[in-house]
Amino acid sequence: MDSVPNPWFSWDYIANNWGEVSEQLVIHTTLTVQAVLIAVLIAAPLGVLARRVKWLTGPIVGTAGVLYTIPSFALFALLAPFTGIGRTTVLIGLVAYALLVLVRNLVVGLQGVDRDVVDAARGQGLTERQLLWRVELPLALPSIVAGLRIATVTTVALVTVGVVVGYGGLGQLMFRGLGSNYRAQIMTATLLCLALALIFDLLLMLIGRALTPWTQRRPT
Amino acid sequence: MSTVSDAWDYLTTPENWTGANGLTSPTFDGGWTFARDSILALGLEHLWLSFASVTLAIIVALPLGIFLGHVRKGGTATVVVSNVTRAMPTLALLTLFAASAIGIGNMAVILAAAIFAFPPVLTNAFTGMSNVDADVRDAALGQGMTRRQVALKVELPLAIPLIAAGLRTATVQTVATVPLAALVAGGGLGVIINTGVATQNYGQVLAGAVIIAVLSLMIDGVMSILQRSATPRPLRESAKAH
Repeated sequence: MDSVPNPWFSWDYIANNWGEVSEQLVIHTTLTVQAVLIAVLIAAPLGVLARRVKWLTGPIVGTAGVLYTIPSFALFALLAPFTGIGRTTVLIGLVAYALLVLVRNLVVGLQGVDRDVVDAARGQGLTERQLLWRVELPLALPSIVAGLRIATVTTVALVTVGVVVGYGGLGQLMFRGLGSNYRAQIMTATLLCLALALIFDLLLMLIGRALTPWTQRRPT
Repeated sequence: MSTVSDAWDYLTTPENWTGANGLTSPTFDGGWTFARDSILALGLEHLWLSFASVTLAIIVALPLGIFLGHVRKGGTATVVVSNVTRAMPTLALLTLFAASAIGIGNMAVILAAAIFAFPPVLTNAFTGMSNVDADVRDAALGQGMTRRQVALKVELPLAIPLIAAGLRTATVQTVATVPLAALVAGGGLGVIINTGVATQNYGQVLAGAVIIAVLSLMIDGVMSILQRSATPRPLRESAKAH
């Protein structure tokens, strides 16, 4: 029995602390967007390279797999001594994890392109560059978008682990809420995290649909 | 790099491994806990927390996944469960549990990690069972096997590769989740990092991170061997999907 009321949710908390909550929400959102964008910029050439240069596929995907096995908590801590406490450390860690998911899905997507289609495109006289941009990448889009969605949703959740280096976005609120034993703060941060992940996921799903109209026209 | 040499010093000091007063510390109620100043004790605690979580998850998820996969129902539900848990930050569940009646400490960690270990076990058991060729099922039924025999003697053995892959994912993921326990006053190897950050001893932080990373890779290696040996030779090709 609590002597002081400790509700699981409180509009008053949100109203009175909106400054703090929105500040962390903005940090959380911008960190996610920034991390995924940087990861895309690195993953795209890496994925294409892994596909083009056959003997590189194994090492690139393998290294990605090994890195992915390293716990985020450990990775942030591993970086902290060198990149300091704060945004940069969290950002590097987030980029690393998003990168792995993106590269893997890009490689799988490119590998899934029908050999006959590629041969037909070559036979029609497409150059390697045209082949990549006009045939392979569009056909790999469903897999790429799927990877992007997984990477983004995972990143939203991972930002909270940044708490270990004092920069966890909404995770900071969860951690502080636990420290002061205030449930409404933890719950608010949790719900905002879930909402953020859901919104990003929906947005990417819609973008994916808009980019691949042919997947909708499939006969039932 | 002084941080690197600090980390090396930390790792090569025997007392950091064994603890100042042994692997266990007495508690006020006459019991004992793992010592928080010993890498070995924290490592054992880490393994114990991981084991408890994965076991809990298996007890609930494996029979459920096998059953649902056998009756081929609940596919959408399993996908929803795994998507929602992906969006749910581990820290959120940990702090929510710690702030609830469960309280801070290892129980909150075991329960939270178990919930995150649940989806891979469930999804893989479901997929493994429900993906068994309909002709194989029909043939088994036609030979006069009961539904139960079909499930346990035909579908389950064919689903073993995917189930083993799911257990591997769940275990590796749990070992990676347990370090967060340190943030809610639980134990495990995350304590080394957390203490290091709190005391601004970055050599110790680096050492802790290396220990956890090495443990995770080792567990992944062990689980991949177990996964391989659990998979009958003819089925190894099909087991490559995650």
